[in-house]
Amino acid sequence: MPTTVQYKYHPSNLSQSEPNKLKAENLRSEEMIINLGPQHPSTHGVLRLEVLMDGEIIREVVPHIGYLHRCFEKHAENLPYNQVIPFVDRLDYVAAMNCEHIYAIGVERMLGIADQIPKRVEYIRVLMAELNRIASHFIAIGTYGMDIGAFTPFFWLMKDREHIMRLLEWASGSRLLYNYMWIGGLFYDLPVGFEERCKEFLVYIKPKLKELEEILITNKIFIQRTAGVGVLPLDLAINCGVTGPVLRGSGLRFDLRKVDAYSVYPELDFEVPIGEGKMGKVGDCWDRTWVRMEEIHQSVKLVGQCLERLTSDHKRTKDFDPQALVPKKIRPKAQDFYVRGESAKGELGFFFRADGKSDIPFRCKCRSCSFVNLSVLPEISRGILIADLIAIIGTIDVVMGEVDR
Amino acid sequence: MLSFDELVEFVRGHSRNGEPTRDESSTPKAVRISTADLVNVCQNLHQNERTYFDMLSCITALDNGPEPNTMEMIYNLYSIPYNHHLTIKVSLSRANPEIPTVTHIWKTADWHEREAFDMFGINFIGHPDLRRILMPADWQGFPLRKDYKQQEYYRNIKLDY
Amino acid sequence: MLDQRFENGGVIITKLEDLINWARLSSMFPMTFGIACCAIEFMSTGTSVYDMDRFGMAPRATPRQSDVMIVAGTVTFKMADRIKRLYEQMAEPRYVISMGSCSNCGGPYWQHGYHVVKGVDRIVPVDIYVPGCPPRPEALIGGFLKLQEKIRNERLTGPTAIEKLNQKEHAVI
Repeated sequence: MPTTVQYKYHPSNLSQSEPNKLKAENLRSEEMIINLGPQHPSTHGVLRLEVLMDGEIIREVVPHIGYLHRCFEKHAENLPYNQVIPFVDRLDYVAAMNCEHIYAIGVERMLGIADQIPKRVEYIRVLMAELNRIASHFIAIGTYGMDIGAFTPFFWLMKDREHIMRLLEWASGSRLLYNYMWIGGLFYDLPVGFEERCKEFLVYIKPKLKELEEILITNKIFIQRTAGVGVLPLDLAINCGVTGPVLRGSGLRFDLRKVDAYSVYPELDFEVPIGEGKMGKVGDCWDRTWVRMEEIHQSVKLVGQCLERLTSDHKRTKDFDPQALVPKKIRPKAQDFYVRGESAKGELGFFFRADGKSDIPFRCKCRSCSFVNLSVLPEISRGILIADLIAIIGTIDVVMGEVDR
Repeated sequence: MLSFDELVEFVRGHSRNGEPTRDESSTPKAVRISTADLVNVCQNLHQNERTYFDMLSCITALDNGPEPNTMEMIYNLYSIPYNHHLTIKVSLSRANPEIPTVTHIWKTADWHEREAFDMFGINFIGHPDLRRILMPADWQGFPLRKDYKQQEYYRNIKLDY
Repeated sequence: MLDQRFENGGVIITKLEDLINWARLSSMFPMTFGIACCAIEFMSTGTSVYDMDRFGMAPRATPRQSDVMIVAGTVTFKMADRIKRLYEQMAEPRYVISMGSCSNCGGPYWQHGYHVVKGVDRIVPVDIYVPGCPPRPEALIGGFLKLQEKIRNERLTGPTAIEKLNQKEHAVI
């Protein structure tokens, strides 16, 4: 007979590793504390929220993060610049190419080789980053639909995302975390036939996006569930440092691809969609989702332009070596450097301090967009219903790997 | 849009304790000011119509190690309407790192400062809610300090591989 | 094959053990417990292209309704007691699949990761290890098939997890 296991701990000290901020004895008699997460299907990972509630109304939300703290900065301070790239992948694991792109650009600028990178390499990088941005927004919209009750779009989007994963796997050899963009170049040139297949994918995806818009974005139930919910005013958004689709949903046309004009983005033609309050107020959940939807359209446009350049001006040649400029030893001169770029979630920044004596950064800090975007959550979720809290978390689109680093 | 020289001049006009020094090796270009001036300078950079640094991009804490025995705080400011950057650097003593908070100017500083407290043990005076943010509440030590030695066991789980 | 036999007499002779094992392994409910990157691959496994449902697996949102816990991602010290607690909320017989290098042994974080538990088996007993960083959906399905094999050979007299727990007293927090 199996015997009963004697566990050595007691329910009273279960939550010791992160005690609640709010104490039960300070509450009024009608209030209660609800713990949401870290294992909860709609918190998008291991986010834990401590919610102070009065019936259905939320009085206070206290996010607890750090359940996925993987010590990125410690690794960056112990490994050479090029060996950090796999860890950069694992920051925002649904848009790994975007993170790599920004990191690679940063180190190249520190080394002073940023303007020698061949155009073909840059176009391939942008192509990959935009493909991955589409995949990231697919997950954002799909899981958001699932959070608020629409199950079908999730399956459709995951199916379409699989095509992108196959393309990226073909190029880089890995499905999710690529290590494809190296400092000074690429791991490898595009595989033969990639351009044609990618064009086929674009032809395939356009009607699918239309379908998605009909089933989810302009669906009456979806609009009623999201319009006017979780309004983020623009001044609060800027003061909280929010960037990316969340900021653009609040109505500011601010996209680092346009503002900083890094890489080959100035040569490409695309627009920056902003939330206009079509269904409710400017900056509500519907606006943020709609901005993501429009960004997918813009990314599709960008991918098409990149493919066009890659097959005309910057064609594949026999002697083209994407690794030609990859430095053997990466040793930037002593300096402080802050680089930023537009990841799928917003402004992803890296702060480096190089001491000029070693090929290991003295300090590398990652300014992650989800981390900052999440900090706005307590501000906009006071006095709303608990069901709307779930709707707000989905539109902020946090990836916990990036929040906790 | 102000040039870097004008920005340095602006910072100089608002610092009372000690002269700000220029640091052009860093990108974006930086000014180094004293700890006591930080809040005043930031407040003016944020409020003044000519500078209007409405966005605090990043706060980095940095430990120079036991040899120089200093820590640094680095603030990356950005102004959306004027599109200009400025980095502000502040040095701290390593034995007793204390710095006034800028949470009341930029709300985004809240979590960044909590992270700096968590990783380096820098004490932010006046911060509304200074707790550990990433590590468990009962963790020992500050992991990103250069002389950090990790504990052997955390709640009976061995740390080392 | 099964329906034909029913038509020809309606009697199947089998061992009770085999029947119960067959029923158990054909409807395993994993808990949706995504931690990190592997959770995205777990999502891919669950959706249309790889379609976990064809093995009778439907993800459940709560540990009390699930048979198998998939630890999909990096386990940190902050998360460790939560995982332990979730594991204890599951009803016996329960199984754990450790998905990905991080939860197998710490993965890429084994050296400098001061906050990463070097293997989830320091917290809960693990039945199947799926290697990869992250493992492909096929690999996860392969892990499931291995687990089914394990259940198929199990004896009714005792699910082994509790005996293991008693033996490895030091592994319990």
